Amino acid sequence: MIPLPWTLGVSAVVFTLGVVGVLVRRNALVIFMSIELMLNAANLAFVAFARSMGSLDGQVFVFFVMTVAAAEVAVGLAIIVNLFRLRETVFVDEINLLKG
Amino acid sequence: MSLTLFVAFAAMLVGSGLLVILHKNPVTSALFLVLAFCSLAAIYLLLGAEFIGMVQIIVYAGAIMVLFLFVIMYLNLQHDVERGVQIALRRGLGWLAGAVLAAEAVLLFARGWGVGPASTEPPPAVAIGNTQAVGLALYTRYLFPFEITSMILLVAMVGVIVVGKGRQRGEGA
Amino acid sequence: MAAIWSHPDFQFVFWTVVKITVILNGMLGMVSYMIYAERKIAGHMQARTGPNRVGPLGLLQPIADVMKLFFKEEFMPAGASTVVFHLAPVLAVVPALVSFAVVPIGPAFLVTDLNVGLLLFLAMSSLGVYSITLAGWSSNNKYALLGGLRSAAQMISYELAMGLSTIGVLLLAGSLSMVEIVRAQSGFFHLWFLPVPRWFVFAQPIAFVIFMITAFAETNRAPFDLPEAEAELVAGFHTEYSSMKFGLFFLGEFANVITICSIAVTLFLGGWNGPWLPEPLKFVWFFAKLGVLLFFFIWVRWTYPRLRYDQLMHFGWKVLLPIALANIVVTSAWEYWVGSR
Repeated sequence: MIPLPWTLGVSAVVFTLGVVGVLVRRNALVIFMSIELMLNAANLAFVAFARSMGSLDGQVFVFFVMTVAAAEVAVGLAIIVNLFRLRETVFVDEINLLKG
Repeated sequence: MSLTLFVAFAAMLVGSGLLVILHKNPVTSALFLVLAFCSLAAIYLLLGAEFIGMVQIIVYAGAIMVLFLFVIMYLNLQHDVERGVQIALRRGLGWLAGAVLAAEAVLLFARGWGVGPASTEPPPAVAIGNTQAVGLALYTRYLFPFEITSMILLVAMVGVIVVGKGRQRGEGA
Repeated sequence: MAAIWSHPDFQFVFWTVVKITVILNGMLGMVSYMIYAERKIAGHMQARTGPNRVGPLGLLQPIADVMKLFFKEEFMPAGASTVVFHLAPVLAVVPALVSFAVVPIGPAFLVTDLNVGLLLFLAMSSLGVYSITLAGWSSNNKYALLGGLRSAAQMISYELAMGLSTIGVLLLAGSLSMVEIVRAQSGFFHLWFLPVPRWFVFAQPIAFVIFMITAFAETNRAPFDLPEAEAELVAGFHTEYSSMKFGLFFLGEFANVITICSIAVTLFLGGWNGPWLPEPLKFVWFFAKLGVLLFFFIWVRWTYPRLRYDQLMHFGWKVLLPIALANIVVTSAWEYWVGSR
């Protein structure tokens, strides 16, 4: 079967990619996508542990994470669209209304 | 064979994840993210979580990413062109933070913190299927979070409509 | 050689590939002849003959069509994104073909019996939205983009009602596996002196109606075909497509129709269940029912006028969705109090 360290390793790598994406990219939508990558890495860890411990609680939690992520994406994208209407840009560097 | 499949899908996941954060065009990033989600769903199937794997495709790849693509097309975003020393500096720091995180992960694995239980045998096959078992858990032990999740979705729906409408001219702030 | 053959995984993979080849090729053949059937039936409904020149009764027409499409000029609009432009038609065909992997054509005549088969079908119909959206966007053309976004919105709205209408079937069958659902519809019950088969269309008529209506919307067929309406939006999302890429869209649409009709036959019309035939020949019943549903699809297309976009969205969200939800509530109440097997 699939050894637990392998799945956890993949989860760690994807999580790191998500973190790098949030820090490196300036486009709000790509930052959002990196956040989704991080959430999915956590989901993978949950499912891997559910499998290795023989309990289903991990999968139930993944179900909840997915639902909340869907709600969060919807609200976040609505905010980004509104922000775009106001400032004509999605680059987080230029969205500095409170600055100065 | 499942090990080979796992390695293949994991490589696809990591590769598409990398391309998500590297590509300049947001639409291409979104499409690679869809690919990442689909390979993740395949990994879930290999780990015996069939219900979660299918729900991953239905919810993440089929709904959330469609929403992303809608917004990207609606905002008519072009390639990201970012120049300048400041940005290069921030980028360097971002990659450094990622490297630190990766080093931490390697350290944890070297110390054997991710090994899990001694045997790598799959759990004993239960008489009921995966979906039924998840459903039983959801409706008995996790009933309260389940109901709260429905409230979260309702609030999100109302919130999106309110936020998305924007401010009308002539309406009080 | 013998060493490879005796490897247990190799045999499994080999036979699965054989099954996939047979079923996929059969299905693609059905798709091309569906095009012929549509034109012939449309012709007769309009008091003309339809194609009758190419081969006896015009039966070689699809081959002529495909050859014509191959010889047309391939062009790509300036400023279109190459990869996505070429990917979109492929994405139109693939999900429909993948869903066909779980459809049980006969008792032993299927690719695989996934224990979440119904969810696979819903997942693939969710993925079908991408092809149209990407086609519309990558064409670098306002009409195509509008058509693409409208169609995507239509598809995701009707997907909800479709998923909810299948939950009634799930409640009655007790399993997400397609084979289990077909087996749950075997046998007869007696209504006065009439033996009525235990198909779910009799137990869930409203769900069946909702499923068929959403099937029209999901496949972008009339009366929900505003996104590709020839007279309205130039040609909608496939304005800029020519030659074989357009052919692939066409193929994808018919593949989708056949897949959704097969799923409807499996879920509501009892799959391969039917009297008088021995087990190995039961797939004849499946194809008979499939033929009836496909004829119905073609019939509706050439009968009803198009729905306007706001009428379409109103219908999907404010009419179908509440009815589907009410159906689930009523079905679960019935199952709980009256119960069944």
